[in-house]
Formats: sequence, C-alpha cells, structure tokens
Amino acid sequence: MRILLNGDWRETVATELASVLAELGYGDAVVATAVNGDFVAAGARSHTSLADGDRIEVLAPMQGG
Amino acid sequence: MLTLYQAALRSRLLLGTARFPSPAVLTQAVRAARCEVVTVALRREAGGERAGQGFWSIIRALGVRVLPNTAGCHSVKEAVSTAQMAREVFGTSWIKLEVIGEDDTLQPDVFGLVEAAGILCREGFEVFPYTTEDLVVAERLLAAGCRVLMPWAAPIGSGRGLNNLFGLKALRAHFPQVPLIIDAGLGVPSHAAQALELGFDAVLINTAVAQARDPVQMAAAFAQAVEAGYAARRAGPIEPRDLAEPSTPVIGTAFRG
Repeated sequence: MRILLNGDWRETVATELASVLAELGYGDAVVATAVNGDFVAAGARSHTSLADGDRIEVLAPMQGG
Repeated sequence: MLTLYQAALRSRLLLGTARFPSPAVLTQAVRAARCEVVTVALRREAGGERAGQGFWSIIRALGVRVLPNTAGCHSVKEAVSTAQMAREVFGTSWIKLEVIGEDDTLQPDVFGLVEAAGILCREGFEVFPYTTEDLVVAERLLAAGCRVLMPWAAPIGSGRGLNNLFGLKALRAHFPQVPLIIDAGLGVPSHAAQALELGFDAVLINTAVAQARDPVQMAAAFAQAVEAGYAARRAGPIEPRDLAEPSTPVIGTAFRG
C-alpha cells in the first residue's frame, strides 16, 4: 500500500495505523497521529484501517514559541 | 499571583523554547527567567528518529508547565487537529492557538482564530488565542469561551516592542478582568517592563531571549524587567503631562518677590 507519510510517499505492508507506525520504525516514540487531516488518538491506532493514498501525519514534541 | 485557567503562577514571564543555541542554554535560560510556563510545539518526526523524545525529556526535567502552540497552522482544520494532537502528547488542555493569516507579518487570521477557538473551547480546551489588539475580535474570542487573550505587540520575532500603544491600552482598559498576555514582538526588557506598567498581566518572550548574544543573561534581564514593571503598575504611575511641573516646592523660593 502507498501512503503519504509526513509529506513523503511510503510503501507499507501493514494496513492498520498502529502496524504501519511499527513497520516504519516509530516503535515506542512519543508521537501524535492524524489521518487525512483528522486526529487519531493513540488508543484508536490499532483499529484505524488505512487506504491507498491516505495522508498520515506523525508529529513529535519540538521547540516552539 | 497570576491566574490562568485556575493555575496560580508567581511568574509573569512566559518563555518560548525555540531558536536557542543549544538545549543546555535553553535549560539555563528557563531557570534564569524563573518562569513557570514554557511554550512548545509539534513537528513531523521520521521513523527511527527520537528528537522529539529527547526534547520532551529536557522540558519535563525543568518541572515547568507547558503551553503547546499551533504555530504554522494556516487553517481552522489544521489548528484544531494540531491542538488535539498536542493535548494527547503533552497531557495538557492548554493550547496557544495560532491561525496564521499572512506570511510576511505572521499576523493572525482572526476569522479562523475565532472559529477554531469556539471548536476547541467546546471540546474542553483551555485556549490562549494569539490575536491582535482588535477589541471586536477580543469580544468574539471571549464569547467563544476563551478566558485569556494573547495580543501581539508587533510581528513575531520583529523585536519592535508595543507597536500600537493606543490600541493595546484600549484593549487593557476595555477588559479589566481578562488576563492579557503580550505575545510576540518584544525585543528588549524595557518593552516587557512597559507592557506590565500598562497593566498587562504577563509577557511571552522567545526570540528576544533565544537570539540574544547571551540568552541566559537576557532571560534574567527580562525577569527583572517584568518584576519592575509589575511593581510599578501596582505602585500607580503618574500620568504624563505636556508641560513642566516643578518637583521642588515653589513656596519660600529665595530671591522671589
């Protein structure tokens, strides 16, 4: 499946958001996620199915003003 | 004490965490500023990277309250989703809401801001909207459920100080009970002192400290200025006059009459 992750096209085997994150090396990282612009809570990732072409955002804490 | 959404704070200086030369300098600056609230953000992170984790550990070790922002968001949808993501990652309902409307000045899109504030307040967020000094927009933000406002002094990072003194004074006078935090555009400690002297409740500083030649010393200087400005406000400044008024009593002046 082809997804747009943080602006880059990626090929994934997994289809659920949680599995995709594991496959792409996020593991236990402290991140927040959104699919096609909508927030997906951490607890909902394992039952959030992705479709070809979905836009995924994976965000982490960062310096800010 | 300064009360922001039930949180009682001793410090009236909030510090941004961006643009510091190193995490060590950031840590020292937060301590020198004696601040109790720092702003943070969310950004894209690649798999295998743990930059966010490292930064978050540094911030948690400071033992301060965090105020996540929605910096860089240009639409209501982006801002709302970013706020929801920030609430989960940072474990706070506080959100510094930014909906940017124009890239040259980074001034807020006040229409989008009011709309996003309404959505987030209904979802239980405690919203700190980054706004202009416009009274009507301020009214709308309060009607939307905001209990704190963050008017700009000048464009973000410009260091120009209180650009529209008349407008800011009118805002202060019009909302005597609403906590008002000057956000963006302050350049030197005297700007911060001036904001507090005018009755603003607090200031948020980032670039002016982080990009100073010595950020730690500048953080301390801002802390002193904020304390001085607040003390001056409580002491009741005199009103400016156009003409001189002798400070030495004129009765009994020698060689007169």
